[in-house]
Amino acid sequence: MTARIGVVTFPGSLDDRDALRAARAAGAEPVALWHGDHDLRGVDAVVLPGGFSYGDYLRAGAIASFAPIMAEVVAAARDGLPVLGICNGFQVLCEAGLLPGALIRNAGLHFVCRDQRLRVESADTAWTSEYAAGAEIVVPVKNGEGRYVADEQTLDELEATGRVVFRYAGGNPNGALRDIAGIRNEAGNVVGLMPHPEHAIDPLTGPSADGLGMFVSVLKSFAAA
Amino acid sequence: MSEPDQPHAEQPYAELGLKDDEYQRICAILGRRPTDTELAMYSVMWSEHCSYKSSKVHLRQFGEKAPETDVLLVGMGENAGVVDVGDGLAVTFKVESHNHPSYVEPYQGAATGVGGIVRDILTMGARPIAVMDSLRFGEIDHPDSRRLVGGVVAGVGGYGNCLGLPNIGGEVVFDPSYAGNPLVNALCLGVMRHDKIQLARAEGAGNKVVLLGAKTGRDGIGGVSVLASATFNEDGGPSKRPSVQVGDPFTEKVLIECCLELFERGLVTGIQDLGGAGLSCATSETASHGGSGMRVDLDLVPLREASMTSVEVVTSESQERMLAIVRPDDVDEVLALCARWGVLATVIGEVTETGRLEVRWHGEVVVDVPPASLADEGPVYERPFARPAEQDALAADTPDSLTRPRTGDELADTLLRLVGSPNLASRRWVTEQYDRYVLGGTVLAMPHDSGVVRLVDDSDRGVALALDGNGRYARLDPYAGAQLALAEAYRNVSTSGSRPLAVTNCLNFGSPEDPAVMWQFAEATRGLADGCQEFGVPVTGGNVSFYNQTGATAIHPTPVVGVLGVIDDVNSRVPSGFAAAGDVVMLLGDTDDEFGGSEWAWVTHGHLGGRPPRPRLAAERQLSAVLQAAAGEGLLTCAHDVSDGGLAQTLVEAALVNGVGVTVAIDGDPFVALFSESAARAVVTCADADVDRVLEIVAEHDVAVSRLGRTGGDTMEVSGQFAVSLDRLRETHEATLPRHLG
Repeated sequence: MTARIGVVTFPGSLDDRDALRAARAAGAEPVALWHGDHDLRGVDAVVLPGGFSYGDYLRAGAIASFAPIMAEVVAAARDGLPVLGICNGFQVLCEAGLLPGALIRNAGLHFVCRDQRLRVESADTAWTSEYAAGAEIVVPVKNGEGRYVADEQTLDELEATGRVVFRYAGGNPNGALRDIAGIRNEAGNVVGLMPHPEHAIDPLTGPSADGLGMFVSVLKSFAAA
Repeated sequence: MSEPDQPHAEQPYAELGLKDDEYQRICAILGRRPTDTELAMYSVMWSEHCSYKSSKVHLRQFGEKAPETDVLLVGMGENAGVVDVGDGLAVTFKVESHNHPSYVEPYQGAATGVGGIVRDILTMGARPIAVMDSLRFGEIDHPDSRRLVGGVVAGVGGYGNCLGLPNIGGEVVFDPSYAGNPLVNALCLGVMRHDKIQLARAEGAGNKVVLLGAKTGRDGIGGVSVLASATFNEDGGPSKRPSVQVGDPFTEKVLIECCLELFERGLVTGIQDLGGAGLSCATSETASHGGSGMRVDLDLVPLREASMTSVEVVTSESQERMLAIVRPDDVDEVLALCARWGVLATVIGEVTETGRLEVRWHGEVVVDVPPASLADEGPVYERPFARPAEQDALAADTPDSLTRPRTGDELADTLLRLVGSPNLASRRWVTEQYDRYVLGGTVLAMPHDSGVVRLVDDSDRGVALALDGNGRYARLDPYAGAQLALAEAYRNVSTSGSRPLAVTNCLNFGSPEDPAVMWQFAEATRGLADGCQEFGVPVTGGNVSFYNQTGATAIHPTPVVGVLGVIDDVNSRVPSGFAAAGDVVMLLGDTDDEFGGSEWAWVTHGHLGGRPPRPRLAAERQLSAVLQAAAGEGLLTCAHDVSDGGLAQTLVEAALVNGVGVTVAIDGDPFVALFSESAARAVVTCADADVDRVLEIVAEHDVAVSRLGRTGGDTMEVSGQFAVSLDRLRETHEATLPRHLG
């Protein structure tokens, strides 16, 4: 049976279609999920896509974290459901308390869109098993509030427990502390990152196909389970 | 009818921007004095911005000279033209100005410029899939440039990024002529199935008029009349800030998704966006074009402020609103769908058989007019125009006597100076603030010659778009300048391997009340219409922006031209950067000694005079045919047009894309070869094995070709003259905008 990857559409989600496309390209059945439902439709994994949910009013991701569907996502994530938050989705995961820290305005104060080198720091998650730890990949980064921050103790703990998943390489686009581009929870089923793997699934339309590995990884995690 | 309080008092038509004879005409149409609300509606609908009263007689040429074509599904006159691109797919595209608001309030002016053109595209039934922007500012080191450039770029990006539309190209130009009158032209592209085309018509008596989207507030009152259709005074624009709209892209994003679902389910019979002139425009245009009457109850319009007057409600330009015509049986479903998206939807009236537009307010009829008198029967002027005497002196002041670089070192210095000059330097500072990846269809974007997008996931069909203009060329010769802008966009679409199909334009000029400006406008439109005829590409729509002047000083006449092309298989697209070392580099087209209006003359001598490069329309067509044929056979590894800055700039740009150097040998005068801006030229590269076939294609189309050299290494080298490292070129090219703009 084909694994099913759900993508949540909040009002103001923008990269939801791209995430659905990436799921399909990896061989999954893409499933559209609606922010106002209390129903995950039996999916095997959930992607919270990029965009400006609810206009990013209040704080990026803050209002979305209270959407009806997030109650289901949070409960399922605590039970081990693989959840990937991309960009605005990462911000939602932090606001929902599934990941520590916060994303604030870029150090340069501008929105930045560029092809970004990333170093894979942890291949030990549901979403990164396809990569070799230490490998470099190129995926687009594009955000205005992508600067990852947390207190020193949290940062030390993330590093000590191997929970930094991606670091910026060849230049930090937003001033993120310790060059952190993505992190995971303790169990490794929840991953959030600012760059956009769903925009790097085909060299024709992206800088590489390096991002596809994240969607393939989660499919393999089902096969292994 | 409610009469003005004092029936014999002078009505304030002049303050609203109406002339004496226009006011008399309104009285004649109505057979009485207009009410305050009617007067306000006529003042915005008869404004230059909405009525095209000074430009109409010239714009007719675009129809009269339109080439035979079978690709146009919807022509000029609608919100945007619709072009058949095959496979049952159609695209719609249009460029529009938001110049005046962007000077007064750069962020909001630019943001709502994007929002407005996106709604025009949505109105046709299309899903918006990409935007582009063409921006012009005063000198980069002008004290106001940081505010304007920073604000405008952030506004274009802030709105477009938040809508989830990739920005796939455009241009940024600095010239003192735009200080105090920046130009902000935004283009949007949309795609739809043929059977989903929507029109702005109110038909069927009894059908309901439904207002969708944001509440109506006091922003943008008189935006089209007192702001966009008037010259700035010396004291500038800040006092006109209340006439600038305020954008909320989040509201527009959900409005777009909601409207597309309404279209998909066939729930609307007609639709119109609310942009310039707000409700006045949307109600009168849909009623007029549908040959209907309409009754509207303003008390039902959701307001941001309860104290608004009827005049304010009908002229407000609050953003993110649409007007839908809905069958009575479908109203409940429409309201439910809008509620699901969180979009406010309110029935405010209905279509009637009376042939009158009737508006009620607080129980009284405040408007009762024939809708066509507002929308389609406004004044038309044959403005006087005359070639200004100073034009001869300008033409006589040729660049021939300017000191030219001779030695290799001098040529290298000139190259570096140009590569780092404000108009030729890297645009990365701007384009990095725009999302080019969202929607996943972007095949080429900046810094390539044109933006190329795949239209839908299940087809390899794509379209290419380029947007170009050159105010200095047009200043020297508006007829030639318009053709050169067209030719450059046509060429930029062709270098990607696409087939040019259709044209949109944004004509930015000074005051039409100045005969010299009107001459520029007449010449430019004539040149553009003739050029489109020669190229066989019809104009599908566009926009005119007059009054871009402060006091008596007008901007350079600036026709900005967008060309759309189709590419059958996006996998065959040709990028503008050298792909790898070892490819053969060729120049297609002839180079003459043409420096009038050139970047070299401007940057190194501050000179603007003489004649612009000669438009070579026949040669452009042949060049385009070569580029399409060679790309179709998969022969080209890179194709990059030669324009501002000449061949030298083209080679540097192509080298910097992927960091692949180049060595070329020049026959004849190296200065002319490297820096002349002769039109109808492009640089192409191919593998050794493909050279013969490329040369065959070139010969078949009778295009001149010279073999320049080969890619590779980490320098740009002109044999026997100079070599400059790519690192140095990159540093020079990249540093300029960040240094000035922060």
